[in-house]
Amino acid sequence: MTSAQPFLQVLASGLAMGLIYALIAVGLSLIFGLMDVVNFAHGEFLMLAMYATFGLFFETALDPIVLAPLVVAIMFVLGISVYAGVVRYAMRAKTNPGMVQIFATFGLAILIQGLAQYFFTPDYRSIPNTWLGGKTLNLGGVFLPWPQIYGGAISLATFLGLYLLISRTDFGKALEATREDQGAVALVGIDRNRIFALGWGLGAALVGLAGAVLAIFYYIHPNVGGTFALVAYVTVALGGFGSIFGALVAGIIVGVVEALTTLILPPALKSVGIFTLYLGVLFIRPSGLLGRL
Amino acid sequence: MTELTLSRAETKSVASSIAEMRRFEILKALAIFALVAALPIIVHDVYLQNVLILTLMFAALSQSWNILGGYCGQISLGNALYFGIGAYVTSMLFVGFSITPWLGLGLGGVLAAVLAVVLGYPCFRLKGHYFSIATIVIAEIGLLLVHNWDYAGAALGIQWPVGQDGWTTLQFARNKIPYFYLALGLFVVTWFVTFFIEGSRWGYWWRAVRDNPEAARSLGVEVFRSKIAAAAVSAFFTAVGGGFYAAFVGYIDPDSVMSFRFSLLFALPAVLGGIGTLWGPAVGAAVLIPLTEILRSYAGGSGNGLDLIIYGGLVMLVALAKPDGLLSLFQLMGRGRST
Repeated sequence: MTSAQPFLQVLASGLAMGLIYALIAVGLSLIFGLMDVVNFAHGEFLMLAMYATFGLFFETALDPIVLAPLVVAIMFVLGISVYAGVVRYAMRAKTNPGMVQIFATFGLAILIQGLAQYFFTPDYRSIPNTWLGGKTLNLGGVFLPWPQIYGGAISLATFLGLYLLISRTDFGKALEATREDQGAVALVGIDRNRIFALGWGLGAALVGLAGAVLAIFYYIHPNVGGTFALVAYVTVALGGFGSIFGALVAGIIVGVVEALTTLILPPALKSVGIFTLYLGVLFIRPSGLLGRL
Repeated sequence: MTELTLSRAETKSVASSIAEMRRFEILKALAIFALVAALPIIVHDVYLQNVLILTLMFAALSQSWNILGGYCGQISLGNALYFGIGAYVTSMLFVGFSITPWLGLGLGGVLAAVLAVVLGYPCFRLKGHYFSIATIVIAEIGLLLVHNWDYAGAALGIQWPVGQDGWTTLQFARNKIPYFYLALGLFVVTWFVTFFIEGSRWGYWWRAVRDNPEAARSLGVEVFRSKIAAAAVSAFFTAVGGGFYAAFVGYIDPDSVMSFRFSLLFALPAVLGGIGTLWGPAVGAAVLIPLTEILRSYAGGSGNGLDLIIYGGLVMLVALAKPDGLLSLFQLMGRGRST
C-alpha cells in the first residue's frame, strides 16, 4: 500500500466513468453538429434505453450484454421516428426556430417521462444477477467494477467505429457533407431529410448503447435521464458542439474531474467540480475545447 | 432610394402616430388591469384564487424573462437562480431577523441584479446554445450549494412562522386576496417596465442586438452593455417574484424554488404566448398555469404520469403548431377586423 493508491483508485474509476459519459454524450453532439439542434429529450432517450434493456431482460432472461444490439436497434428506430414525427416539423419554424426546437424536444421529454411513469410506475428497478454485476477486478490494489470496465471498452470501440464510419463510408461522407453545407448537398443528389433522419437514428442508437451499459449497474426509474442529461450537455459544450472527438476528450475529463472532486468535497457536491471546470474552460474558449464557430 | 427618405413633416407625423399608438396601448392595459383587479368580486373559491395568483405571478416572472430572452435575444435557462436568491434572501431576513419581507424583496432583487452583472461579463461572451447551457449549469451550481448550506436549512429549507398576519409581514393565513393584489401589482410593474423599455433607446438597442448583433455594433449600439443591462433588469424582477413566492407559500426548500424546471417555467409562457411581445407572457401564463394546476389536481394525484403526458404533449404541439406564439392568433383576428 502506497499513499498514491487512493489517488490511482479515483483516477481509474473516473476514467472508466468518463468513457461512459462520452458514450452518453456523443449522440447529442453528433445530432447538433449535423443540424444545429439541441435535443432536450436526450436524457429521456437514455432512460428509455435502460427500460428497454430491463424489459427485454425480463422477457428473455438474457444478459444485458447479449441484449445490447437489440436495444441499439430499437433506439435507432426510435430516433428516426422522433425526427420524422417531431424534429422535422420543429425545423420548419420560420420565427425563433431555436426556441421551437428547445420546447418541442422539452415537451417530448416530459411526455416520455409521463409515459414511463404510466407504463413502468415510478418504482426503482435494477437487473439482478448479470454476468458482470457486482464483480470487481483487482489491479494491484486498485479495484475496478467489471461493468465499468465493460462500459469503457464498449465506449472506446464505439468511438473507433464511429471514426471509421465517418471517414471511410459513403454514409459518413454524406453526413460530413450535410453538416458542412446543407444546401449544397442537395445539388449532388444527397437527400438532406434522409441524412437527418439517419443522423437521429444514429444519435439515439449511440445513447441506446450507453443505456444498455448503464442498466447493468445503475437504478432504472423515470427520472434517471435528468441525472445524466446535464452531464451530457456539459460534456458536449466542453468538447465543442458537434465535435465527436471533443465529446470523447471532454467525457474523460468530466469523469476524472468528477472523481477527483470527491477527494476534496463531500460527495453531494461532486458535480460542482465539473461544472466549475466547464465554466472556466468556456470562458477561455467560448466554443469548447475542440469546437468551431 | 428617394422613396426611403422621409421629409421632416412625414417624420413628425410617423412619430406622432407612434405616440398615439402607445397612448392607446396604455389605455388598453389599464382597462385590462382594472378588469383583472375586479376578478375577486366573482371568484370566491380558494382553489381558483390560488390558480389566479400563480397565473399572475408566472406572467410577471415570464415577463421578466422576456426582457432578456425576448427583447435582447439571450435565452437564459437559469433564471431559477435569481428566483431562488429572492426567495432565500426574503425568507432568511424575515425568519432569522424579523426584517419585513418588503425589504427582503428589494434586497433580493438588488443582489440578483448585481450577480447578473457579474455573471454577465463572462457569460455574454458565449453565443447561442453555449450561453443557454452555461446559464443552466450556473443555476445548477447555485442549487447544489444551497442544498449543502446548513445555515439556510440545507435540503430541509426554511419554514415561515405562522400567526403574524399583516401587510408588514406579508402573511395572510385566512384570506388569499392580498396575495392576489400583490401578484397583480408585480405583473403591472413588470408590464410597465417592459412597455417603457420598449419605447426607449435601450429597447431599440436590445432588439437590434437580438436581430443582428454585428450590424448593431457597426451602427454604434453598445452590444455588451445592452445585454448586461437587460440581464440586470430581468434578474431584479425575477428575484422580487421569488421573494413574493416565498411569502405566499410560507415554506421554501432548494428544489421547490431553484430547480431547472422553474427556469423552464419562466421561459415557457413567453414562448407560448409570443416571445418578445408585451402581452405574450401574460397570454401564455393565462393558458399554461391554469392547465398545469388543473392537470395536477385531476390527473396527477395518483402519480401515474397522466398529467405529464398531457402537459408534455401540449407543450410539444403548441411549439410545433404556433411557433410565433398564441398571441399571433389574436393579432390575426385583429387584422381581420380592421380591414
